[in-house]
Amino acid sequence: VAHLPWLSLLVFLPLAAAVLVLLLPASSARTIRLLATGAALVEFAVSLPLWWRVVPGAPGFQFEESVSWIPSIGARYHLGVDGVSSLLVLLTTFITVIAVLGAWTAVEKRSKQFFALVLALEAGMVGTFFCLDLLLFYVFWEAMLIPMYLLIGVWGGQRRVYAAVKFFLFTMAGSVLMLVAILSLWFTQRNMGGAPTFDLPTFYAMPIPPEQQFWLFLAFAFAFAIKVPMFPLHTWLPDAHVEAPTAGSVILAAVLLKMGTYGFIRFAMPLFPNALLVCGPWIAWLAIFGIIYGALVAMVQPDLKKLVAYSSVSHMGVAMLGLMAMNSQGFAGSMMTMLNHGVSTGALFLLVGVIYERRHTRKIADFGGLWKVIPVFSVIFLVVMLSSIGLPGTNGFIGEFLVLFGAFRHDILWATVAATGVILSACYMLWMFQRVVFGTVTHEENRHLKDLSLRERLVFAPLLVLIFWMGVAPQPFLDRMQPALDRTLQLTQARAVQSAAPAVPAAPPAAPAADTAQGGVR
Amino acid sequence: MNVVPQPAFLAVDGWALGPLVALTLGVIALLLLEVVPQRENGNRGPIVSLLALGAAGWAALRVAHDKRVLFEGMFVHDPMTVFFTLLFCAVGALSVFSAWDYLKRTKINQAEYYALMLSSIMGMIVMAASNDLVTIFLGLELMSIPLYIMVGFRRTRPDSTEAALKYFLLGAFASAFLLYGIALLYGATGTTNLARLGTFLYDTPLPGNPLLLVGALLVFTGFAFKVAVVPFHMWTPDVYEGAPTSVTGFMSAGAKAAGFAALLRVGLRALGPIQADWTSLLAVLAFLTMTVGNFTALMQPNLKRMLAYSSIAHAGYIMVAIAAGGQEGAAAAVFYLAVYSFMNLGAFAILTMLGKGRDERVLVSDLAGVGFRQPLLGIAMTVFMLSLGGIPPTAGFMGKIVVFSAAMKHPALLWLVIAGVLNSVVSVFYYLRVTISMYMKEPEGEGVHVSWGAAASLAVLLTLAATLYFGMQSQGLWVQAQAAVAGLL
Repeated sequence: VAHLPWLSLLVFLPLAAAVLVLLLPASSARTIRLLATGAALVEFAVSLPLWWRVVPGAPGFQFEESVSWIPSIGARYHLGVDGVSSLLVLLTTFITVIAVLGAWTAVEKRSKQFFALVLALEAGMVGTFFCLDLLLFYVFWEAMLIPMYLLIGVWGGQRRVYAAVKFFLFTMAGSVLMLVAILSLWFTQRNMGGAPTFDLPTFYAMPIPPEQQFWLFLAFAFAFAIKVPMFPLHTWLPDAHVEAPTAGSVILAAVLLKMGTYGFIRFAMPLFPNALLVCGPWIAWLAIFGIIYGALVAMVQPDLKKLVAYSSVSHMGVAMLGLMAMNSQGFAGSMMTMLNHGVSTGALFLLVGVIYERRHTRKIADFGGLWKVIPVFSVIFLVVMLSSIGLPGTNGFIGEFLVLFGAFRHDILWATVAATGVILSACYMLWMFQRVVFGTVTHEENRHLKDLSLRERLVFAPLLVLIFWMGVAPQPFLDRMQPALDRTLQLTQARAVQSAAPAVPAAPPAAPAADTAQGGVR
Repeated sequence: MNVVPQPAFLAVDGWALGPLVALTLGVIALLLLEVVPQRENGNRGPIVSLLALGAAGWAALRVAHDKRVLFEGMFVHDPMTVFFTLLFCAVGALSVFSAWDYLKRTKINQAEYYALMLSSIMGMIVMAASNDLVTIFLGLELMSIPLYIMVGFRRTRPDSTEAALKYFLLGAFASAFLLYGIALLYGATGTTNLARLGTFLYDTPLPGNPLLLVGALLVFTGFAFKVAVVPFHMWTPDVYEGAPTSVTGFMSAGAKAAGFAALLRVGLRALGPIQADWTSLLAVLAFLTMTVGNFTALMQPNLKRMLAYSSIAHAGYIMVAIAAGGQEGAAAAVFYLAVYSFMNLGAFAILTMLGKGRDERVLVSDLAGVGFRQPLLGIAMTVFMLSLGGIPPTAGFMGKIVVFSAAMKHPALLWLVIAGVLNSVVSVFYYLRVTISMYMKEPEGEGVHVSWGAAASLAVLLTLAATLYFGMQSQGLWVQAQAAVAGLL
């Protein structure tokens, strides 16, 4: 078992399952669903050991696999995992199970292709989190767009084609410049006399002149900021979310957006720390603006899905702010916010999907008084909504608290302004909840809605468990992410010093040589 | 190099000319066999062509590691010749596969089609193997004249005839430009041999010599026409649209590769010493070609026309590599040409299957709903489109990587690289339109009829395999491409 390429298995298992699903005859809808669910469950089970087998304090990456891929340009098939990526992969495999289970009855048309694409998407997401080679990362990063594009475009709502193309083009427009930056890094490294490589740890050790860092950072940050998405690059998100099928929205919100923040943690920040020092405050203010803007726009949305989509803009702003605080609390808070947002927003999209399946409308005005009609749904909705607001005792609280704490340590003004966004989030969520769930039943159609089925309850049960677990006892999560985050932070700070003074790296080899020379003279 | 002692010398020379001999024999056999009547829709043409192409490829492989200069330095047999000979044989074989059923379906199944195709391939090989401007011209004509006829092969259709006439007239102009350029270069340097031209220019740079300058420009114009570089691209959409689909696929892959092969030889071998003077001109042309191609492709409702503009854009990407110059640029261009041939032929092989009888259905909207009705065809077309758009994990992505990384070497070309990657974002828009039509639209009425044929399916499968394989395992092809251009400098 020790020599099993575990990470590769995690990447390619869903892909193999996807091919298998595609080969089934389209008529056997039940078998397709069972196989897809089974595959997602097996993938989740195989990924579970990430929780205890990844040692949080160990330096560097673990379970590394490194095989030569394109030797002429030095690209390698290099996978590895640390405390950050392990948690995000666990989130991915968990959410995929939830999304597949949630889509059992929602997708009637072409369910075979649907489940195959969800599984292929999972392979792409897991691969993106594990990659330690920049070219391989780019391959996974771009390849992942294709299944998501098709999920939105084929199974989406009215304006699905527009939303799918917008999603694809926005993300690609951002990432092609990152590709140029990756190639530029490759040349810088080669011009310094190194063997050509795309290896991330090698770049971690390479000083980059600050003036060059600035442009490279902009290219990387642009790609990631579109994915996060940060204001003002967020316009693709409401469209994609509203048009995507429920499972697509869940995965998009829960995992795909995290790719952006993960990209900052793994690539943009540690590689270009000097540029970060220059751009950080700007990004932080954009993030703060995004928190408030997202919340304000969410407040006036008549459509439930759009409201949740804009709340994502707001929450991901919180995650970005935590990163830009550049301290231990901010990082941990940001990472917690990423996980929380994955769980809570994923659950919110599922809940919207549940009532959409019953009523075929998502307009807030079409609901009201659901509490009496579908109590189980309403209670779950209440808990998820409160966790999204960040009520103490639920998962949302700890992430927001740590981010604000980190921001406060960096700049009181940041924390003060950002905190108003947190208050606003309570406003739009509670108001929405009041209009949908409380009051009297205003529409006759709502009087006979069916409450959650057993399958749907099974879908929400693990989400509720996580909401309370992460809210009441976040320590196991923090323990796992903190060492890796602190290492990233130290690396970023150390590299900032190293690159700012180009003479420094040259000095140590020179100094001992001088010493020995003097010793020889004596 | 050859380790067999000298008596084998003749044998090597013989094998080096083997591909041309095999193809000539194929042409003769095809034409002579016409004396013997065969039943309608017989398979003689494609089978004989495949045999000839197989023999040609085999002959080239036999002496793949030898290097020879033949016919008083007019013809070279080196890794580049071998690479392109094999590429042209592959292009030829794939084109035969996609033409097999298509010609029968559209009632133009005549042995002459295959004979013309083989002679055109011969011309391509001569172009890639030429070491002399005169031989290049011979090769160019040998390639082009059969193509003029092939474009007009559906002679009952006015658009086919129009395309042939247009191609012929403009092609004749281009040939004239090339010839005039050759004459001027000869006037300036006293030789048409590429190696001697290079040596001469190396010793006597002739700065600002008008004869040399105009001559080189005219020669470049001749090639630029063949490979459809802006502003010499005007013929492409009409010719691509009017020609039988199997011909369009063949010429888009083969003629482009041959044109660039000759351009590389002339550029690196003969004009290499004055390359630096050209970089900015080539860069501007590359930028224009990419941009004009992509932006005009955006709204084309006809797939053949769209792919015509896309082929212009791809010529632009290759021009980026050529502007980058040097070993890496040349290798990148060669790599891209191989990759482009496979993905583009795949897309055209699918197009040959669309429609029933003589009817051709090549509008983007005709594809509506095909993706789910014909899952394999849908997946293959999606892969080809993504590859043309440069999305990983396909061969087109690796092609873009090698081209742009070659250009990144020159800080002065950074703007071109950025323009190039942004261009590929634009291009993705129209390639996605095909997938939108296939998967996200419902057909009005019946939906397009797909005429499945074993040979065309084989062509699709082979190109699909190549597109995916070179996307994930590009090392082998990249090493071959580098070896191919290693001897040029």
